Amino acid sequence: MSTLQQAQEIPGVLAEGSGLLDLEDIQHFLMSRPPARVARYEFLHFRNERGGRAWLAGLIDKVGTAKKVGSSIVDSRWVTVGFTCNGLKALGVDAASLATFPEEFRQGMAGRADVLGLTGRNHPGQWVGGLESANLHAIAILFARDVAERERCEQEHERHVKQCEGVELLSALDLEGIPPFDYAHEHFGYRDRLSQPVIEGSGEVPTPGSGPPLKAGEFFLGYSDEDGPATGMPQPQVLSRNGSYVAYLRMEEHVGAFRDFLRQNGETPEQQEWVAAKLMGRWRSGAPLVLAPEKDDPSLGADYSRNNDFNYRTMDPHGYGCPLGSHVRRMNPRDTAANMNRRKMIRRGGTYGPVLPEGAPDDGIERGIAAFVGCASLVRQFEFAMNVWANDPNFHELGNERDPIVGTQDGSYDLTIPKRPIKKKIRGIPAFTTIRGGAYFFLPGINALRYLVGLGKAD
Amino acid sequence: MAATVIETPFTSKEKPGDWTKPSAMAIPKEGYFSLKNGRYGPIYPRTPACYGFTIIAKIKPGREDTIRAYGNTIEKAIGDIPDALATLKLHYLRWVLFDIGQDTYFMYQGIFDTDFDKYTEDAVALFKSLGVNTVFENLEGFPEDWKTNAPAFVKFVREHQCPSFLEYGEYPFVTADEIKKALQLKAKFSEMLDLMQ
Repeated sequence: MSTLQQAQEIPGVLAEGSGLLDLEDIQHFLMSRPPARVARYEFLHFRNERGGRAWLAGLIDKVGTAKKVGSSIVDSRWVTVGFTCNGLKALGVDAASLATFPEEFRQGMAGRADVLGLTGRNHPGQWVGGLESANLHAIAILFARDVAERERCEQEHERHVKQCEGVELLSALDLEGIPPFDYAHEHFGYRDRLSQPVIEGSGEVPTPGSGPPLKAGEFFLGYSDEDGPATGMPQPQVLSRNGSYVAYLRMEEHVGAFRDFLRQNGETPEQQEWVAAKLMGRWRSGAPLVLAPEKDDPSLGADYSRNNDFNYRTMDPHGYGCPLGSHVRRMNPRDTAANMNRRKMIRRGGTYGPVLPEGAPDDGIERGIAAFVGCASLVRQFEFAMNVWANDPNFHELGNERDPIVGTQDGSYDLTIPKRPIKKKIRGIPAFTTIRGGAYFFLPGINALRYLVGLGKAD
Repeated sequence: MAATVIETPFTSKEKPGDWTKPSAMAIPKEGYFSLKNGRYGPIYPRTPACYGFTIIAKIKPGREDTIRAYGNTIEKAIGDIPDALATLKLHYLRWVLFDIGQDTYFMYQGIFDTDFDKYTEDAVALFKSLGVNTVFENLEGFPEDWKTNAPAFVKFVREHQCPSFLEYGEYPFVTADEIKKALQLKAKFSEMLDLMQ
């Protein structure tokens, strides 16, 4: 989960002249966060190849590279483009090439609903914005410094789309950080962006406890990964190299239901904060329960040199601090899971919808997080996290639990809070979130974008 | 004691059952009651005998001794690192060689507490590190690029999986971790009684 806030609070910047990664070819999206406060996601359909390629040709020079965004060049808007498998096909990528892409990408997120636990209210049949449709071909992610700049970009993009015959806007989503703006958090009030992998060769320095930098091949195609040299890359190479897969999730947050739950399970504000912390594994300030098991420590939460510096195996094996089934312990089990370096993901995205003021009844307006999970293998990284970590009822032998924040909840699962002498079990966790849409996109490198534009040359 | 035969299919949401009541489950020919896909294909149900697989594959001619030698290799590996296979959440593994006519077959049977898809890549990584991987290389049709192609490994395993049509549990649905906890508790309790003397 992430929100759009100032990037400056994250320590470390891209090193200039890094020889390992082709920063001029990689789209900036997974490499660095631009200092954007707002964003807009536009979802597009190409009725014909020519229109789709014309749209891409007109946009290609505006797509931000890792090098450009990492440098000190003053800019106020940043564009990222990605395509579904249907989108690549709509641009003219032939069947033989498409067949070299992994099966889960070819099936698309809606086709993988079973695997991801997208059932009940989360089922693709209930989605909004046309994201479940085979007509979803592309996404344009527009980051902007402020709302005025976003509106200017939106209008400019609208004009561009109109000039490209056969290109249609399926839907769009506006994103804005929520106040207070001095730290990244989401609608439930949890501090965000506390644990992000660092890529070898990016020059970024991991915060203490975040582990060593990971091989670029865990996130970008064509590079060695944690298991060795790149193999089985989609063909042709020019299309796959420097590309990444991203899983998009539009996750509504039911703030009213969440606050009701805290009130039902905690008599005093302190007890309610305690319940909120146990659901997440961190206090809303960001302070990890492993390091602050008894009471909140906001200065710890805000301190990046300390707020990720802990493990579970030796520091909290039974979950007396951080419950075994809490969100952060499921989504990043640290030293209590095998092959963690092959399961890491880069999270991007932000909040949408208005803030629900504290004490106000739920207004029925949709609000939540529209997040991207970036990786080199959807089945190994993203789908594993959703299938096992979020939704396996027997994770850590819990028996009947799912991730209380992002797991598929229908009121029939529990949350166990280890506590001496006897554990506390909250039965019937309600759904605090609902997936309202999602998709698998491929984010090609810049050369690959040129290759896609060039597919039309024989026409 | 008579076993209870369960006819209704269990879904992915099996609740912890009554371990005091032995139970049996008859399973349809395809190996599952209703098709539910995991990351690499259909998920086979959890039965009173927990999750499991039975992989049967023909071995390459003349490889029988090589395969048997892996018995010692694995014994030593587990002796050196007893929790090496922890990720797989196993109860038991059984490796069997048997002949049909002129051919020799290898049967790899496992009983464990998680559906195989969930930890497939972890299993492949483990097999690599322990050298179990190479036992598979003695089987006909095993993908040569398995080291870098987990999906091909999984495909082989799935193609050679022979689903049970009956499974029985004397203490149904109990996980290996629960059993270990119960034994630990018994040991600690004995210790406590000793301390009370």
